[in-house]
Amino acid sequence: METNSLLLILILISSLIPGILILLLDEAQAFQRNFLNLFGAVAKVALVGWVFVGYMQGETYAFIYGLAPDLTFALRVDKMGLLFAALSSVLWLVTTLYAIGYLKGGKHQRRFFAFFSLCVTSSTGIALSGNVVTFFVFYEFLTLSTYPLVVHRGDDKAVEAGRTYLWYTIGGGTVLFLGVVALFVLAGPIYFGQTEIIAGLVSENTLQLTLIFFLMLSGLAVKAAIFPLHGWLPISMVAPAPVSALLHAVAVVKAGAFGIARLVYDVYGIPTSEELNLLTPLAIFAGFTIIYGSVKAFYQDDFKKLLAYSTVSQLSYIALGVAITGVLSTTGAVVHLVHQGIMKITMFFAAGNVAETYGFYRISQLNGIGRKMPLTMSAFTIAAFGMIGLPPIAGFVSKWYLGLGAVEAGSYWVVLILLASSALNAAYFLPIVYRAWFCEPDQKDISPKHTGPFEAKALLLIPVVLTGLFSLAAGLFAGSNYSPLAIAREIAEKLYPNLP
Amino acid sequence: MKEFPTSALPALLVGLPMLLATMSLFFRVKGRALLGVLGSFLVGSLALFAFIEVTKYGTIIHILGGWEPPLGILLRMDPLAAVFIGLTAIIGIFISLYSWWYFRARIASIGRFPLFWPLWFFLWAGLNALFLSNDLFNLYVTIEVITICAVALAVLSGEPKALKAGLRYLLAAIIGSMAYLFGVALIYGSTGTLDLYLLGEVLKPGNTTTFALIVITLGLLIKKAAFPFHFWLPPAHSAALAPVSALLSALVVKGAFYMMLRLWTEVFEVSLTFAAGQLIGITGAAAVLWGSWQALLQTNFKLLVAHSSVAQMGYLLMMFPLLVLAPGQMADSADWLAPAWTAGIFQVMAHAFAKASLFLSAGIVVMALGHDRIESLRDLVAWMPMTAMAIGIAGVSLIGLPPSGGFLAKWMLLKGVFLSGQWWWAPAILAGSLLTAGYVFMLLRLAFAPARVKDPFRPVPKILQVCALLLALGSFLIVIPAENLIQFLEGSKSFGSGIESIVKGGGYGNE
Repeated sequence: METNSLLLILILISSLIPGILILLLDEAQAFQRNFLNLFGAVAKVALVGWVFVGYMQGETYAFIYGLAPDLTFALRVDKMGLLFAALSSVLWLVTTLYAIGYLKGGKHQRRFFAFFSLCVTSSTGIALSGNVVTFFVFYEFLTLSTYPLVVHRGDDKAVEAGRTYLWYTIGGGTVLFLGVVALFVLAGPIYFGQTEIIAGLVSENTLQLTLIFFLMLSGLAVKAAIFPLHGWLPISMVAPAPVSALLHAVAVVKAGAFGIARLVYDVYGIPTSEELNLLTPLAIFAGFTIIYGSVKAFYQDDFKKLLAYSTVSQLSYIALGVAITGVLSTTGAVVHLVHQGIMKITMFFAAGNVAETYGFYRISQLNGIGRKMPLTMSAFTIAAFGMIGLPPIAGFVSKWYLGLGAVEAGSYWVVLILLASSALNAAYFLPIVYRAWFCEPDQKDISPKHTGPFEAKALLLIPVVLTGLFSLAAGLFAGSNYSPLAIAREIAEKLYPNLP
Repeated sequence: MKEFPTSALPALLVGLPMLLATMSLFFRVKGRALLGVLGSFLVGSLALFAFIEVTKYGTIIHILGGWEPPLGILLRMDPLAAVFIGLTAIIGIFISLYSWWYFRARIASIGRFPLFWPLWFFLWAGLNALFLSNDLFNLYVTIEVITICAVALAVLSGEPKALKAGLRYLLAAIIGSMAYLFGVALIYGSTGTLDLYLLGEVLKPGNTTTFALIVITLGLLIKKAAFPFHFWLPPAHSAALAPVSALLSALVVKGAFYMMLRLWTEVFEVSLTFAAGQLIGITGAAAVLWGSWQALLQTNFKLLVAHSSVAQMGYLLMMFPLLVLAPGQMADSADWLAPAWTAGIFQVMAHAFAKASLFLSAGIVVMALGHDRIESLRDLVAWMPMTAMAIGIAGVSLIGLPPSGGFLAKWMLLKGVFLSGQWWWAPAILAGSLLTAGYVFMLLRLAFAPARVKDPFRPVPKILQVCALLLALGSFLIVIPAENLIQFLEGSKSFGSGIESIVKGGGYGNE
């Protein structure tokens, strides 16, 4: 096998092998488990980095294995996949650190970390998939590997949440399966980027192609939590904090959003999608979800639930950006894939820290928490400001490009939605920030569960600070050549070759 | 016949297990078990060796006693037969290993099942002979041997429940056999031959042939527990001892399916109509929906798994409407035949691995708890993670989620359905998947749920759990060599062939 194909396989097995090995370890072998985990996570980041640099220098990376006649397992690298792979691998590393700290002394860690690794294997697999079938394989594998994480606590509530989660995702998977097979039969094996295949079929198969698009879209919309298919997301909040963080920032929801972007950009292609008028319904549902999620978030008192509804809302920015055509809105959509990830993971880490250190789960308990946990809450504040869209934080960049794109496309209603959503974001995030920094604590004498030199366990603190800094850096250095924005921009420009 | 290389291997594949079965009767209980395990490795290796020979030289045949057909008996091992024999071997080895520890762990009752090993080897011989047979009467004999061994194994536990179920099983199987034999007699009466190759050439369309086709098919449908003749399967399969349930569900029912596949594609082409294919498809779809629904309602693990077998066997029948082409369609241009065949073969393999694993897991649960009420699976993940994992993996393959063998089968089936334009099967396929997800995740949900009242459980040898887990993994691993396997199968005369159905109204009795 060539080195370049081998690298892609290595990226996948850098988390798959640790996952399997961890299952074989004993529960008590914490050192070996953590070593395997961190080794895999670091290796994955390094490998993705290697491929990233190579790809930028013009190398090509592909791995193809024939499963059955014309059914191929294909891994391939392109910029969008790389961006997602980089996001997954970096956030996995950070979350692994966090999870080790969070779960220390907890039960069933072996199971947790094993499936955690499998989950990341699927999400990098999704990123590197070269064709629709491979994407589907990893997409479903993701559902399976996250289920044990959702029910990890093992109480009745977690088990019920797992049940809801499965009904949504398996149902969505079935619909997607139907769409994928139908597409396969109609158009043959489609590699991402071969949009000319569908374009060539449009004139004769308008109805079928429209139907297939919406089948696939609704399958993907489940994981992307687009209204009315979002119900699983707030419920699966019962999972431990690192799971919620990774699930909401990278793994599950991004698989859906990334899939929608692939479907429109790399399977149907923008011209065909426009010709068949497929994007308007997507834009409407995404727009509605943005407002709906924000309104729901406004009424939550449970910290994690608020964040969950906020995720529902924020994710649809990506779908909305995909649904509006134009270089600027595409840039906004792709870059938000990354920005939403780093900001939301920061918030979940922060919520987890507060819960773990002081046992606070509700917004109303957060009075004065900023003085007790200044670093955690600073990171949270950065992320919250980013979500609202204040410069110079990452979220501002996404919203700016989405807004400009909407103006460029003449969809002024989208601008209104963005503004309304920003106002709502401010309405539910600012009170938290205000409480944390400016309100007097309710109980002055409450002592943290944790004793040590820092405000929280170091392993819980480092990740949140890191991702908080990422959120700031992604906005501050958006103009640099290697920022997510620059890469998103290149992706977008390649998708619209006819523009000057 | 002369064009194929002859070899003693096919005869050995039948003779060796038969010899082992007879030999084992002369041993005491302990020696018998040892002989059983060693023997299973021997037969298994022989089968895998024969499999490799077929991949090298193509179809191999053996003419018993040198008497050429139609007088003598010819055994043929083509790629299709080789795949079934290989599958039987792999699953057989694992089940034998499991049985060795299973019977040892039940020390108090070790003496009570002295007949397991001889019966299992006779069954193995019968299965191999069935896959190798090339004439209608031999097929009858083999399926009778299989039935007798299977029924005897099913009632081995001696419990009243098992005896009652076994009696029903026997009754159904005998009715099936009689129907089949009646059809064979009709064919022999009208053509004077029983050899499949010859029949394929000389069989004339007509009322006799059509009637023979109907009774033979009915007989086989009863034997493979197709809807609505499935009533005997769930009680019989669930009441048997764990390794026996695994054998029955994974291998025995596949025998009747194999026969039906052979006979429809190689012999009865002249009498088949599009409607006949559709009818079989409908019974398949009904089995998928009904069986899965029933599985969802069960409160006992083994009954649930047994009902799931009814459903999964239904998927196999759904390949027949794709094989029987509509009037005017030509096999050469029907691009859905290869997917349909692939779907069928992979469904057989994936189901065999997954179902064997599930029944072995059920046995482990029964051994640990003393019963198999699924409510008691609570907290299984904590106290037997390996078994919980096995149930999960096997279940995922049954649902047909990627990257399992079940997924490949469903993918190919759905692809065939769309390519042939028979889209009306798609809802049943997908609904079946969803219902399967329903019962599989019902099990898993309980496995993760906290235990209400902690049942005392006995420790179970780890090796039993390993066997179940490896079989479950097998249902995934079969996907890896899929492309080579399909290429290999294309060496079979029947694989990928379609049945060009007769035009309605023509062809009957007007020769």
